[in-house]
Amino acid sequence: MDFPPSFILPFTIGLLFISVFLVIIIGIWISGLSRIDKSRIIHNIFTRKSLLAIRETFMESLLHRKIFRKNPVLGYMHMSLAFGWFLLIVVGHIDAVNHYQTFSVPAYKAIFMRYFVTETATTISGKILAASMDLLLLFVLSGVMLAYFKRLNSRIFGMRKTTKLKMGDRIALSALWLIFPLRFMAESVSAGIHHNGSIISQPTGQLLASTLPVQLLEMPLWWAYSGALGMFFLALPVSRYMHIPVEVVMIFLRKYGIRVQKRIDGYSRIQVYSCSRCGICLDSCQMTHAAIKDTQSVYVLKHIRNKNLTDEKLFNCLLCGRCQPDCPVGLELNNLRMTQRIESTKEYNSSYEYLKNGPIVVSPQTEVIYFAGCMTHLTPAIIKSMKEIFAVAGVKFWFMDEEKTACCGRPLMQVGQYEAAKKLIEHNRERILASGAKKLVVSCPICYKVFNEDYALPGITVQHHSEYLLQLMADKRLPVNKMPLRVVYHDPCELGRGSGIYHQPRLLLDEYAEVIPIKNEKEAAYCCGGSLANIKIQMNERNQIRDNAMEEYLGYQPDVLATACPLCKKTFAKSRNLPVHDIAEIVYMAIRQKNAERSGKTKTMKELKIELWGS
Amino acid sequence: MKNFGYTVIKQRTIDYDQFDGRLLNEVLEMEPSFKVCLSCGGCTATCSANDLVSFNVRRMNLLLRRGETVELESEIKKCMLCGKCMLVCPRGINLRNVIMLIKKSILKYKPVNS
Repeated sequence: MDFPPSFILPFTIGLLFISVFLVIIIGIWISGLSRIDKSRIIHNIFTRKSLLAIRETFMESLLHRKIFRKNPVLGYMHMSLAFGWFLLIVVGHIDAVNHYQTFSVPAYKAIFMRYFVTETATTISGKILAASMDLLLLFVLSGVMLAYFKRLNSRIFGMRKTTKLKMGDRIALSALWLIFPLRFMAESVSAGIHHNGSIISQPTGQLLASTLPVQLLEMPLWWAYSGALGMFFLALPVSRYMHIPVEVVMIFLRKYGIRVQKRIDGYSRIQVYSCSRCGICLDSCQMTHAAIKDTQSVYVLKHIRNKNLTDEKLFNCLLCGRCQPDCPVGLELNNLRMTQRIESTKEYNSSYEYLKNGPIVVSPQTEVIYFAGCMTHLTPAIIKSMKEIFAVAGVKFWFMDEEKTACCGRPLMQVGQYEAAKKLIEHNRERILASGAKKLVVSCPICYKVFNEDYALPGITVQHHSEYLLQLMADKRLPVNKMPLRVVYHDPCELGRGSGIYHQPRLLLDEYAEVIPIKNEKEAAYCCGGSLANIKIQMNERNQIRDNAMEEYLGYQPDVLATACPLCKKTFAKSRNLPVHDIAEIVYMAIRQKNAERSGKTKTMKELKIELWGS
Repeated sequence: MKNFGYTVIKQRTIDYDQFDGRLLNEVLEMEPSFKVCLSCGGCTATCSANDLVSFNVRRMNLLLRRGETVELESEIKKCMLCGKCMLVCPRGINLRNVIMLIKKSILKYKPVNS
């Protein structure tokens, strides 16, 4: 048996190292899953879900469909590198199997095949395979070229910003950039020496053989190629390219129904390592409008990996969720941040003992409860409108938080204090259940989300007032009056991306005013900047974020900016550029207008507003 | 003797030689906007917790500045973090961060014998 040449050593060592490393680390993560999650794997592994996961791996990890949708050139770059490399490995092995006529081909013989093969392919299959290998390498090289250009100017690729790299990333990136040009050179030189090669390596090989001392260059080039591969494998665990193997595991686990929990576990670690640091989340982050450039999801995940996440960065995020739909890997960015917030604040959750013996209003028996929310108490026009609407529709209701009521608990949860929030939730829940109500109408999306998701309220429908008013209108319990108002509707984060309510407020507004469709709406809607989830941001920074959103809205020249959240209203109202109204207020004004018309008068917007704000 | 409800006021002298300003300094360093508080009391007037129990954000400020850590610790636990104070504050102080900073750091600076 003849010994393989020594240049395969760096590659073989690298491959062995990374294989052992991955088996160990992924084993540790999977053993760190909860019992339920482990049983999910066992129950689903031999079902259709695994096939779906393979399909998703192919579509996203190899073809990068989501990045294509964002920008075709960026998508092509990622696809040529990932899918091209994948095909090089697969076709390369088929080529080797075809050449040696055996299935037991060692990896190095396939990877460095052109070094070992000294004759020209004679069979048709051999010729086709050799030609496709040449074309595939060209395909990957085109991606590498684009990657060089992207580092120089990321704007061509539709990305305004690109992530900063750390040492491990630089080593792995340099290795990745060198692998394919070196492979091309090495294969061409060998083709030049042996006078073989295919459609591309043959002419380049002949050209090199006629100009350079190819005999001298051959070994150094194959060494360099093998070295670059080995270097890439060795740097993989400390670089962002760790996402390549981990992402595949993550896709399978996600298909089995495993999600990020309210704690740090094996799956949350897998998600953290699945981040490719592509930086696409940077573009959608509004914090950059306030010149805050180091707290975005990509950096937070990086700091979690490096175990150097500070509170200043962790809590400097609006949790608006704008980055999530853009993430090509589909990571649960908000939930991952939440796990860290819970961990960071778990030692000082309050117990709110005073709720047990405080002055509590006894729950009256009622069908409908109205919970305005803390924020709504700072926008009394919304409460006034809701009271009027309830009266017009003839609904008897109990105004639960008119006085002496605890907060819903969501603001505590947003900063990670889940244990403390549970105390408030229990307290409010008892009061709600004691009333025997069937319906809970909420004016604040922050409260709505927590009532909907974290309160166990059997037999009670929780509705945001946009849903409730739409229902009243459909039941013809509310008069309809389309006013000549051009309205831009601002989707509140907690109602839109947070609870998936995009259409109800629009359907309602359509009956009372003219809604202008805008560019950044629904899933891509802006945050107003007032979010309670961020406890680090300064007021002037909030204002910058708000002004940036306001600027876009003003471009549509609306008469009114409509929203469905008291906090958004309060935030935008401070900019004084445009009248800001909650949808309930618009319904109120339309009803008042109609009543005035019946008695033969018309009211101007100004008169209607004075009525709204007056006592 | 007839009890008129009057008692001797408890000794409330603060010895500034013993003053422990570490918590105050840390809070002011991490949240400088708190330096501009003018003690108007808007935060206390709107406070959701104050509606249920005696909780005074302005008094919290005073306790912090006097270094009365023990009283401060029992006060600070009452906050529900709803954020109304922040919206009414005329100086735009990031009060929720102040509360969280105190909550987090007070364990570090609490006197051992308390």
